[in-house]
Parts: sequence; C-alpha cells; structure tokens
Amino acid sequence: MAYKNYILVCAGTACESSKGIALYKELEKELKEQGVETEAQLVKTGCFGFCEQGPIVKILPDESFYVKVGPDDAKKIVAEHIVKGRQVDDLLYDKEQKGQSSDEIDFYQKQQRIVLRNCGVINPEYIDEYIARDGYAALEKVIFDMSSDEVIDELKKSGLRGRGGAGFPCGVKWGFTQKAESDEKYVVCNADEGDPGAYMDRSTCEGDPHSVLEAMTIAGKTVGANQGYIYIRAEYPLAIDRLNNAIAQAREYGLLGDNILGTDFCFDIELRLGAGAFVCGEETALLASIEGKRGMPIPRPPFPAVKGLWGKPTVINNVETWANVPMIILKGSEWFSSIGTESTKGTKVFALTGKINNSGLIEVPMGTTLREIIYDIGGGIPGGKKFKAAQTGGPSGGVITEEFLDVPIDYESLQSIGSMMGSGGMIVMDEDDCIVDVTKFYLEFTVDESCGKCAPCRIGGRTNYNILDKISKGQGTMEDIENLKVLAQAMRRASLCGLGQTAPNPIMSTLKYFEDEYMAHIKDNKCPAGKCKELLNYTVVEDKCIGCTACARVCPTNCISGEVKEVHLIDQSQCIKCGQCFDKCKFDAILKG
Amino acid sequence: MAKMTLEELRNLREAKKKEMTQRDGSEKSAQIIIGMGTCGIAAGAKEAFDAFLDELDSRSVSDTKITQTGCMGLCFSEPTVEVDVPGMPRVIYGNVDGKVARRIVTEHIIGKALVSDHIFDKPAADIIK
Repeated sequence: MAYKNYILVCAGTACESSKGIALYKELEKELKEQGVETEAQLVKTGCFGFCEQGPIVKILPDESFYVKVGPDDAKKIVAEHIVKGRQVDDLLYDKEQKGQSSDEIDFYQKQQRIVLRNCGVINPEYIDEYIARDGYAALEKVIFDMSSDEVIDELKKSGLRGRGGAGFPCGVKWGFTQKAESDEKYVVCNADEGDPGAYMDRSTCEGDPHSVLEAMTIAGKTVGANQGYIYIRAEYPLAIDRLNNAIAQAREYGLLGDNILGTDFCFDIELRLGAGAFVCGEETALLASIEGKRGMPIPRPPFPAVKGLWGKPTVINNVETWANVPMIILKGSEWFSSIGTESTKGTKVFALTGKINNSGLIEVPMGTTLREIIYDIGGGIPGGKKFKAAQTGGPSGGVITEEFLDVPIDYESLQSIGSMMGSGGMIVMDEDDCIVDVTKFYLEFTVDESCGKCAPCRIGGRTNYNILDKISKGQGTMEDIENLKVLAQAMRRASLCGLGQTAPNPIMSTLKYFEDEYMAHIKDNKCPAGKCKELLNYTVVEDKCIGCTACARVCPTNCISGEVKEVHLIDQSQCIKCGQCFDKCKFDAILKG
Repeated sequence: MAKMTLEELRNLREAKKKEMTQRDGSEKSAQIIIGMGTCGIAAGAKEAFDAFLDELDSRSVSDTKITQTGCMGLCFSEPTVEVDVPGMPRVIYGNVDGKVARRIVTEHIIGKALVSDHIFDKPAADIIK
C-alpha cells in the first residue's frame, strides 16, 4: 500500500517530554476524523537531533520540516498539508524561507550521519524498517562470507576507536578476545551513559536499537561468544522499552537466539539494568554490576578482553562504537577510514548543550573544528553573549577556550590542549558562567559518584571540592592553589580507576586557562562572572534610583526599603543575592558586583 | 513471522526497501506535482493521485516523487498536473483523469515521450516562480 504522505514524528525522550506523545495521538485522531488515514502514514521515529526546536515533525516526500509542533497544531497540519497539500508556513523552522526542506537547514549542513543514520528516518519499534535500510545485511556478510580474521582485520583497517572516551582501537580489542582460549566468551554493550548533559547513547538506543543488536551479534560470531548483555541505566525507560522490543522482534525473525539464519550459530542478548551509578560506566565496575556484585572497579590488567564477565574473555564496547560496526562491515574499511583525521577515523556524536542556540544531538566527521560546531551548527551563543569556553569529556574532561576554536577535533588534539573527547557531552559556556563555579560542580559530581574504594579518589576528591568551595566563597589563599595542584597529581597517579584518575582534569584544565579568574576570587574577592553569591553585592545607585518601588516589590526577603519617589536601600544582612531586583530595575539603578 | 532463512531475509529487505523509498523524496530525480486546490479535487485530482501512486508502484518506478500543491490557476483544465523529468521540458498536463495519469507514467516517466494530446502548456511566467 503506497501512501501519499508520510508524517514522521520524533519520539525521542526530548520531544516526548515536550508533549510529543500527545501530538502523536492528536495527529492519529485528526487523520481519522478528517478521513485521510489511508492517505498519510504516521511514523514514530527516533531523534532528529534538533532538540532545541522539538517536537519535530517531518513530512515526506515533501521534506517539510516543522518545528515546535504542539498537539494543537495537529489539526492544522492534517487539514492543510495532508488534505490540501499546502505547507503550513508558520510551523517551518525558517519562516523567511518558505518551502525550505530539512537538508537546507544550517543545523544539518555540516553533519554527517553514520551512527545516527536511521534516527529520524525509521520507526525504531518496527524491525522491517531497519531491515529495509540494509539492516542485518552486515550480519549476513559476517555469517556467510567472512572469516573471523577478516572481520577483525577490516575493523583494524577501518581505524574505529572506542567511542566511550578512551579511544582504544576496536579491532585490536576484538582480536584479544578472539584469540583468548575459553569455553565461554561474552559480548557486552556499555550503555551506562552518565556524563552530565550527555545523551548520545540514549538517543541511539531509542532511535535505532537494532544497529546495536546487529553489531553485538556480529561480535558474537567473530569472537565465538553466544551471549550478550546490554548494561543500561534504569533511568532510561524509553530506551529500555525500545531495546526490549527490538530484541523480541529479532528473536522472532531468527536473527537472535538459536540457529541464526538457519546456521548453527547461536547468540542471544539480554538487558541488565543499572541503578545509575557513574562508576558503573567504568568497564570492570560495570561487569561486576552485571554479575550482581557491588559496582566497584578492579585494577587492570587483566583486561576484560581476556578476563572479563565471570572471568571469561569479554568484548565490551560503548553504544556508539557498536552502532558504527555494521556500516564498516557493509561499506568497507576504506570508506570509513576516508572520513576523519589522520589518527581518528569516522564521525563523533556530540550532545551540544549549555549556552547555545541550537541545543541538540549532532554527528560530525572527526576533524571538524569547535568553531564550526558552535557557530555553524549550533547557531552561536544566545543573546549575543561572548563565548567563554566549551567543556568536553564531562567530569573527566576539561575546557576548550577561544584560542583553540579552530583546532580540528580528534582524540589526540583534544588531549594536547588539556581536554578530552570523552563520550560526547559538549557544554558551551558564555561570559556569565564562572569557571570556579563550574569546576566545583564537576568536583561535586565526582565526589558524589566516587565508589569510595580507594583513598586518593575518596579523600582527594573531597578535599579538592572543599578547597574550591572555599575559593568560591572568597576565603581562598594562594596556598590553596598549590594544594589543588598537588592533590590533583596524587589523584591522577594513585587512583584505582578512570573516575579518580580523571576527576582532577577539570581543575587542571581550568587552572591552566583561567588562572586569572581564580586569582580574582582569591585576591580581589570578586567573581568576574557574577555567579558566586558570597562574592556578590547588590547596591542601589543613588543618582539613578527614582523610587519606583519595583525592586522592593519583587524582593523575596523584603530587604529593600524606601518610600515612593525616594532612593531605596538594600539591607545587605538580609539579601540572599537572588538578583531579582537587578533584573527588574528599568533604570540601571541596581549595581551588581 | 517465523524464523527466517537468509533468502527470506533478503526478500523481505527488497520488499521493504521499495516501501521505504516511496517515503524519501530527496533522492528522486523526477517529480509529479498535482494541483489539489478545491477546483482540482472537485474535478477528480484525488482519483488521478491514486492512479499515479498505483501505476508507479506496480511498475516499480522508484525515482519519481509525487507532491501536491494548491490551485495553479488553471481551474478550467483541472485536474492539472505538472511533470518534471530531468532532461525533458517541464510540462503541465490538463484534464488528467485516472486513465491519463496512467498514460503519463508509462509514456512520459518511463517512455520519455510527452503525452501530446493533454499538454496544457507552460503557464505565464508571472504565475509560476
């Protein structure tokens, strides 16, 4: 049955949380009521990446790209676009350019979608649509046409490196497990995504779950494993649903389970839900958690590739790494290695958040510069504010400042400027963000998430946090800076796992590039960004205040006094520095600083 | 569906691929634009639309997309249909009923020859962009 139109509705978590489900139901209802349900097919699909503008609705074959669509707009879309064939201009992204299709939007111009190839294209709850987009063709190839050595060789030649952050060559890892002698081997997908602001893996599992299943099955065939586990946090309910649904469909089609595609190869996948501890993203802790033990890391070597789950050789990769594998098998290592930089091939998915116009999920070739990401794709900083830094690598990463905006991004280049690739969170900061405050936030996170097994991480992290807290309150000394550095070194060298080893990175990176801001806190008792409340004072400028009483009325603690048409006064002892008076005053009569 | 063999998987993929390409407009070279204003619909544009879809589908033409547009201003010759095939002049056909629609697919889209007896002409330049 051919349809005249196809209505693609984003059903990722971001769009669902802005009434995407209600919109879908409304569209369904309207299609029925207006009698056109046989003319247009409604398709639930994965994340389009343009989350800032969600919920997104795309209509094919016209390629109309509607943004910020509410449930109330459903009637109009059906009545105008589906029944009469007229584009609804006021829902288009760029209202100036009527008839603009999604390919022409700046946000997509510099992107190249390999991992997210099916997100926003197929219905993730329907295996047939994945199959139609060459799904499970790579598995066919691996089962019938390739030897294990050929698969591993292809991966090695492709240059695919682990997308979880460390960047270890994927083919080498598989090779270790393949060569290891054991009665049993395992395949594990690390979907324990925990960096603040990062949601690449969640979106991939939600929008294209079969790409992960197919890749894991390929690994099973290659290394000789029969069981796979996906470790995913329980706080991703939609991704869990979609994965479970996908597993059930794949089993029904005989693409998982016993005798896959009629051969004697058997492989099955199960989910294991994590409770959301950050340290469980570390591979040894993750494997312990799957085994039902407390999620604490153990020293490596031995690496999981040789001695992993239940002491057996285990291939463990991150979601994004897995999603690349079928494409490499299908299109070949030469194609894949033609994308990216000398040392880092392929693309990278970033969750672009913070002070940026187009927040969202993007996928760019390695070697794209930060400037292209922030200004061309991200659309720049809101309100014309000045770019201060971008934070990559989450709590283990560092900041990238303006002078490095033109550095082509890959694992090595980011490391050389004191940050790291990480799993793909990218948080943009503008001039209003205080660097001490941000660093404190990340330390608070790692202190919270430290498992407490080793002293450097447990005690070092807490002590560093306390020092930063002191500095943010204007009580810091120069000695504190030295202590931060000494402790950071100790944590790097002596911590047991990546969490503690990398926890001081935000400190080292910000101290390197924003030492003057630390100094302003310590020496001048000032917070240049006006973020640290203890260092902030709001005062009334006497010759500008006309006594309109607007500030006194918004003050939540009633600490502003003054008669009408007379100069007002802020009682500093009661002021909680909420800044409402500053925002309210139309006469610039409140001074912040 | 029960467990599949390799051949069944391949057949399913081919079948579904055809369905999916109908959705995707970006990789299609030829275009059929149907005037679906009130006048067009009243004159039978929907019937023509269905005929186009059915004919393209049954003849496995996958590089042609069908879109709808509003009234082209040629209400007396409705249903009107504009056909754009690369390498051929852009043509507007008038009075396109189901039968003519099928002829347009077989003769114009596949055969690369104009259906002369239904060509309306290109409208004045101020009507189209």
